[in-house]
Order: sequence, then structure tokens, then C-alpha cells
Amino acid sequence: MNVSVFEAIGPIMIGPSSSHTAGAAKLARIARVIAGKEFSHVSFGLHGSFAKTYKGHGTDRALVAGILGILEDDEDLVKSFEIAKIYDITFDFYELELEGMHENSVKITFFMKDGTYNDIIGSSIGGGQIIVKRINKFDTEITAQACTLVINQYDKKGVISDIARVLANNNINIGIMKVNRTAKGEMACCIIETDSIITSEVVESLKEVNNVISVHSIIITDK
Amino acid sequence: MYNNFDELLELATIRNVSLSQIILEAEMKLSDLSESQIYEKLELNYNVMLESTRKALHTPLVTPGALIQGISMDQYNYSKGENSICGSFINSVMARALSCSETNASMGRVCAAPTAGACGIVPAVVSSLSDKYNSSKKEVLDALLTASGVGAVIMQNATVSGAEGACQAETGVGATMATAAAVQLAGGTPDMAINACCFVLMNVLGLVCDPVAGLVQVPCAQRNAIQSINAMLCADLAMAGMKSVVPLDQMVDAMHKVGKALPPSLKETSIGGMAGTEAAKEISRRIFG
Repeated sequence: MNVSVFEAIGPIMIGPSSSHTAGAAKLARIARVIAGKEFSHVSFGLHGSFAKTYKGHGTDRALVAGILGILEDDEDLVKSFEIAKIYDITFDFYELELEGMHENSVKITFFMKDGTYNDIIGSSIGGGQIIVKRINKFDTEITAQACTLVINQYDKKGVISDIARVLANNNINIGIMKVNRTAKGEMACCIIETDSIITSEVVESLKEVNNVISVHSIIITDK
Repeated sequence: MYNNFDELLELATIRNVSLSQIILEAEMKLSDLSESQIYEKLELNYNVMLESTRKALHTPLVTPGALIQGISMDQYNYSKGENSICGSFINSVMARALSCSETNASMGRVCAAPTAGACGIVPAVVSSLSDKYNSSKKEVLDALLTASGVGAVIMQNATVSGAEGACQAETGVGATMATAAAVQLAGGTPDMAINACCFVLMNVLGLVCDPVAGLVQVPCAQRNAIQSINAMLCADLAMAGMKSVVPLDQMVDAMHKVGKALPPSLKETSIGGMAGTEAAKEISRRIFG
């Protein structure tokens, strides 16, 4: 058997739809980790089935819950609009076409307090599973099923080996590593899936690596 | 180890143990969890299930378009009266299944079994029968293990997605899981449980997925209620000694093939079936504009 009994009974989730509600909340929650938490406004560009049916499935409330860090099985998800007010976070929804993307896709734009913004595009692909397809200018395939590091760095010689050395020194094995750059010598993005949990100490050591701009780790909770 | 129902039943028969024992051992190997960790997770899921079987019995829950708002409470109150056709037990099972569906539609917490759209069947059947037989907590969790093991084999060899297999793969599989649990709670043999699963599938083949306005409300909630009863009726057929002329693995395969053969308009797209009726389109316009 390759299928766990907990795939047949589970997950525990807020209804009504694993793809339109639970998956949407998870996607936004992962996007928040990637964007960083210092944002004041978030725009959600809804594509395909998300655009057509978001009101009936509570996709809007699920997305807002996600950017607030509320888990997919937390009943607070329903009250996310009110909770956003407490944290002074505003949001809006609009419809858009994301060519070639899955029916349940969203472009989430985080407007950061320092005046910059982060665009994250992802899809809810069924059964509560998600995939992050794009972070700003970089194509990605983050499924958040393993612990994942999202690193932004300058495309310079030796950065990748320095990053790998920090992980090896901390006894962390790299499962999958993908590197992507805008142009030679310019901004690059490195996605690393690891076999073990990444502690905040490791994240801090990675931030000290030369030419590394930012480091975010996605810790997978048992959801 | 097993990969289909034939192998699962053979292992249970040779060792003269319940299906849940074989399923437990397989899960320990697959997930690297200990026996007690598996039971803890099962209990966590069952507690969420129980809560959802009760949540809408006394208060109507707010659902988009109010398509099923209050139906669980009405059914529950009716089940307590003297005049129901099928008696208070059957009606209360339906009320519990409806409560799970109403909870789900109102953005409450549920446990998918195997999907959110079919989240009422296993909870309604297992909770009602464990009340009836005064089952111990261990017996209830073992029955849940049997149900989830049956679901896992179907997920491995076919599908439980409405977009791929239509409603037969969602509420149909939910009822298949529930009937196996029902037989076990009632003291039947593994062979009876597997036969009961066949009877459930016989009665759901071709069931289309056609949610009104694309919402997980109608006919999902009604089908959760009726499939709970289907699960119990089929358990009784098997407990009486009836044997299926087609083995369960082949029935699962048949369900999978029927699912593939159904046109996309009848698989979660809300184009055909009852979703395509004038009345359903009007409801859709009312809610989504």
C-alpha cells in the first residue's frame, strides 16, 4: 500500500471545499511566509474557477485567513475579515487571467511596509494540496510538502556552495535544489527542500552568507 | 502487505483477525507511526467527526444561498416523532449525516471522508451504530480504521475525486467505507464486510456529480443522508449471508471505468445533471449575479 489511511479519513479542515477553501488558505499561508510578515495591504487576483465561485466557497475568507497565518482547520478562518482589521491589514480582490495556469489559481500581491511589494502566484491543485508557481520574477514549483528554504541572492560565484556548506555543517540534507536568475550576475532565487526541520539559527547563519539578500523557511506543520 | 481487497481479505482470513488489524500493520509500515500514534490520530479525526454530526441538530447554520440551512434540525426533530416511515433510528442517522454536510457548507470544521463533500456518511454510520451497540472506544476506532483502510485501497486503485469519478467516487466511496465499518461494529466477519462494500458500489454506479450553483450543498447533503442508509442496508444484506457475484476489486474497477466514461458536464462542473436545470441556474444567478 502506498496510500495512508489518513488520506482516506482526513484532513481535518474548514469546509466546504478542500481545493477552494482549505487549499486556498494553505496557499496564502505559505505565500505570507515567502513574502515576509511586514505588509499592510494584500491584493488577490483571482483566476479561473477561483474568480467564478470564490464567494460561494469562502475562498475570499480562506485567502485572507492564510495571509494572517490562520491554519486550514482553525475555525477562526471564517472570521478572517474581522481579524485582519485588528491587525490593521487591508485587502482587495479582483479578477484576472493567468495564462496557462490551473483553474484554481491566485496572484497574491503583498504591499510591504517599506514601500516594496512581493508578487506570489500559486494554485490549489486538489485535496488541499498547493503549488507556488512564481515568486516575483522567479518560476518555482514549491509544494510545501517538505521543509523548504526560499533564498534570494546575487548571482555570484560561490554563493550556492556557501549555502550548501551552512546546511551540511548543520547536518541538514538537501532533497531538491533549484536555482533561477533574472540575468547573469543579477538577482537569483534558490529553492531548497530539505529532509529535516530548519531551525531559526540555521536561517540566521544563511542570512550571513555573502551575497545572500533574504532567507525564508517554510516549516511544514502536520496538516 | 496488500495492494487490493483480495489480498487484504486473504491476510485477515489466514490469520483469523479483523480487517482493521491488517490495515493497522500496513499503516505502521507505511507511515512510520507507532500503534498508539495511529490511534491518537484516529481519535482526533473521530472527535471532529462527532462534533460535526451534532453541530447543526439544534441550530440552523448559515450557508451561502441558504440552500440547506436548517435541514438537519428539521430532520432531527422529525426523527424524535412517532410517525416517521422508517423509524427514529434511520431518521436520526440521516439527521447526523445532514449535520456534517450543513457544518461543511457553513465553513465549519469537518473531517474529509474521503472528501469534504462526502464528510457525513462515515461519521453518521459509525457514531449511530456505536451508540446502538454500546461499542467501546477501541471498537469505534478499529471500525474507523477499517473504513479508512477501505478508502485507501480505493484511492490507490481508482479515484475519490468528483472531477474524475463523479459522485459515485465521493459519496459512493464514503458509503463503501462506512458499510465495512458497520459490519465490523455489528460483529460481522471480514468476508461480510467486503461483500457489503460490493453491494454499496452496485447501488452507486453512475451517480453523477452535479452540485447546484457549484456549491457543496445540493444534492451533496441529501446524498450524504441517503448513502448513510445505503451503507447500513448493504451491511445487513451481507450480514444475512448474501454474496456478491463480482469480487470487490472488480467492482472498484467498474466504478473507476464508469467515472472515466461519464462526460465532463456530469463531473463537478455544474453544467449537467440537476445543476443544469432552469431552477438551478436561477439559484446560481441569484447567488453569484
